[in-house]
Amino acid sequence: MTVVIWVCAAMLSLSAVLVLIRMAAGPTMLNRVVAMDVLIAVVVAGLGLEAALNRHATTLPILVVLSLVGFVGSVSVARFAAHDDKGEGS
Amino acid sequence: MTWLDVLSGACLLAGCALSLIAAIGLIRFPDLFSRMHAGTKPQVLGLLLILVGVGLRLRDWTDVGMLLAVAMFQLLTAPVAAHMIGRAAYRRGAVRQDTLLVDELTPALEAEDFGAGSGSGSGSDGDRQSGRT
Repeated sequence: MTVVIWVCAAMLSLSAVLVLIRMAAGPTMLNRVVAMDVLIAVVVAGLGLEAALNRHATTLPILVVLSLVGFVGSVSVARFAAHDDKGEGS
Repeated sequence: MTWLDVLSGACLLAGCALSLIAAIGLIRFPDLFSRMHAGTKPQVLGLLLILVGVGLRLRDWTDVGMLLAVAMFQLLTAPVAAHMIGRAAYRRGAVRQDTLLVDELTPALEAEDFGAGSGSGSGSDGDRQSGRT
């Protein structure tokens, strides 16, 4: 089980690095929002991996909160980006 | 190490592989809409597989209920967020037209604007006139 968890952690780390590259290089603000969604999902997956490795459930409420907060953040950025024509990005 | 652990490890491996695929797609795809494909579909499926793996490993009903809540929130919020981002990108003209095979929204919006005259009746969206190019 430990080997499986470490292989999963390596894949998640690589995907987080790729998502961070996209978030830094994304040409518009909305690309960065998409990358932020994926990064939050990667963080949720990492916390789940840690819970599965150590067989405890203390981080599971953090998963619920993260999934809701990521949704609110991306929707609010999308709303403000729709109105701001001269803003950063675009 | 029972067969439930083996199944859980398989689910975790598949979920992390899908997450890696989503990140590679996010890097390599050329357009915002195709990046949104990579950011919603493989990512959500990978996250669901990881949650299934964690639930199979923990095997407690309160933990499984919380994981079900996370999965339900993800399934409810990911299409809504993707729709909002795509809508904002389209309204402000940040869409590459050469990568679109079919664009049904621009003729529909033009027909609606033309039919409604000066837009007195269809003025529900204030950003429609300002954001479209």
